[in-house]
Amino acid sequence: MVREFWTAIAVGRAGLGGSGKSMTVEDNNIVTVRGLSFSRGDRVIFDNADFDIPRGKITSIMGPSGTGKTTLLRLITGQIKADKGTILVNGEEISKLNRKDLYRLRRKMGMLFQSGALFTDRTVYENVAFPLREHTDLPESMIRDLVLMKLHAVGLRGARDLMPSELSGGMTRRAALARTIVLDPEMVMYDEPFTGQDPIAMGVLVELIKLLNTALGLTSVVVSHDIHEAASISDKIYLISEGKVMGEGSPAQLREDSSPLVRQFMQGLPDGPVPFHYPAQDYRDDMLGGDA
Amino acid sequence: MIAWIRSLGRSGLGTLQVLGRSGTFVVQSLCGVPKLNKALPLLNQQLYAVGVLSLPIIIVSGLFIGMVLSLQGYTILVDYGSEQAVGQMLALSLVRELGPVVTALLFAGRAGSSLTAEIGLMKATEQITSLEMIGVDPLRYIIAPRLLAGFISLPMLTLIFNVVGIGGGYLVAVDWLGVYDGSFWSNMQNATDFKNDVMNGIIKSIAFAFTVSWIAVFQGYDLVPTSEGIGRATTKTVVYSSLAVLGLDFILTAVMFGDF
Repeated sequence: MVREFWTAIAVGRAGLGGSGKSMTVEDNNIVTVRGLSFSRGDRVIFDNADFDIPRGKITSIMGPSGTGKTTLLRLITGQIKADKGTILVNGEEISKLNRKDLYRLRRKMGMLFQSGALFTDRTVYENVAFPLREHTDLPESMIRDLVLMKLHAVGLRGARDLMPSELSGGMTRRAALARTIVLDPEMVMYDEPFTGQDPIAMGVLVELIKLLNTALGLTSVVVSHDIHEAASISDKIYLISEGKVMGEGSPAQLREDSSPLVRQFMQGLPDGPVPFHYPAQDYRDDMLGGDA
Repeated sequence: MIAWIRSLGRSGLGTLQVLGRSGTFVVQSLCGVPKLNKALPLLNQQLYAVGVLSLPIIIVSGLFIGMVLSLQGYTILVDYGSEQAVGQMLALSLVRELGPVVTALLFAGRAGSSLTAEIGLMKATEQITSLEMIGVDPLRYIIAPRLLAGFISLPMLTLIFNVVGIGGGYLVAVDWLGVYDGSFWSNMQNATDFKNDVMNGIIKSIAFAFTVSWIAVFQGYDLVPTSEGIGRATTKTVVYSSLAVLGLDFILTAVMFGDF
C-alpha cells in the first residue's frame, strides 16, 4: 500500500519534470567535503577528512560510537563550524553563508533527529503542518491535503490528533519523518534512525527511507550503527574512525575490505583495532597494587 | 601564584565571553521579531503563560505584604500619635520600593525559572535544533515572544501588586485598627507624587523586567542540555535575577531619589 502510494507520487513527479533534470558532472555530489578538520577541546573529531555525498543516492555514515558521525551532520547543516576545510552543499560553501542564507539553504535539507524532536505542545497534525505554515502562504485546505498525504505515507493519518507524548518511539520517528519531508527537501539526513526500535518499527523505517529516496528523488544520508539495516539500503558507505575515513564504497566492497578496522566493524567483532577494554594500567599490577 | 593569576584571567575572559554572547543574543532576538500576524498569537500565548499565570502569587503576596506593612506601620506610628499617616507610609513603601522589587523577585521565581526550564528542555529534546533545520530562527520564534511577554507582564504585575497591597493595608488599618479612612486616603494622596513616585516605580519595574527576562531566556538557551544542566540553569536564573534586581534597585534608587 505504502509502496503503491509512493510509486504514484514518483510517476507524478516525473511527469511534472520534478526529478528529471539532466545532471552534469559537477551536479553529481550534493555535498562535497574537503580537508575537514574539527576538534572539541583537545579531542580531534575530524582530521583532514574528505566526503562526497552523491545526489539521489543513499549514503550511510558508519563508525564506532563517539567518532563524530552526528557531528558530521551538524557540520554539513551549518549548526557548527569546521576548524579547517570546505563544505559545499548544493555548490554553496556553508561557512560563508550568513544567517539568512543558511536558513534558506536549510529549507532544502531535512533532518530526522534520533529523538524525533517533535514540538511537544502541538498535535501530530500541527507538527507536520508547521513548516508549511512558516514558509508558505498556502490556504488551509491545501495545507490539510498536504499534511494528510505525508501522514498517510508514513502510516499515521489516523494518529493526526494525538500529542507527541501519546506516540510510541517508532511512531514518533515516523511523524517526525512526515514533518521532515513536508516541504519536499532535496536531501534528508537521518540521525540514528534505527536506534531503540523494535524489529517491526525498524523494518518500516528501512522501507520508508528507501521508498522516499526513490519516489521523491531525494538524497539520503543515514548515520547509523546498524550494519545490516544500513547496508541493505545504502548505495555508498563511509566508515569513519579516529577522525579519518577508514573505508568507503558500496556495502559489497566494504564487506570484502581487508582492513582490520573495517572487518571488525562490518563483522561486529568485540575486539580489534577498537579495543574491548578502555585504556588502563596492567591488569595484574592493578589487582595486586590495590588498597586491600 | 602564576597559576592563580592565570585561572583568574581565564575566568575573567569566560565571564566576558558570556556577557558578549548574551548581549548579541538579546539584540538578535529583538531584531528578529516576526511579522505581526505570526508574532501576535505567539506573544498572546506567552503573555498568558508568563503574566496571567503569575497573577495568583502576585495578588496573594501583594495582599499580605500590604497587610503586614500596615500593621507594622500602625504599631510604630501610634506611639507618636501619627497613625493617620499609615496610608502615606504604605503607599510610598509599595510604590517606590516593595512593589517593583518584590514583584520582580516573585516573577523571577515563578516565571523566570519556568522560562529557563522550558527553553532548556526544548534544547535537550532537540526541538530548538529541529526549528533551525526547518529554517525557522529559534531566536525569533522561541526567544523573542518570551522576552517581550516578560517586558510587558512585569510592569503590569507590579501595578497590580501595588493596588492589591494598598487594598490589603486599607483592610488592616481602617477596618481592623480603626484609622479614619478619610485621613488614610488624603494623606496617601497628598504624599504621593505621580511623577516622582509612581512613574519612578514603573521605570524600576521596566528595568527589572528587562533584566529578569533576559537572564531567564539566556540561561535556558545557553545551558548544557542535560537534566543536571537544566537544574543548574534554573537555579542560576533565580539567583542571578534576584541579585541583579537588588543591585539594580540600589542604583536606580540612588539616581531617582538620592539627594546628591
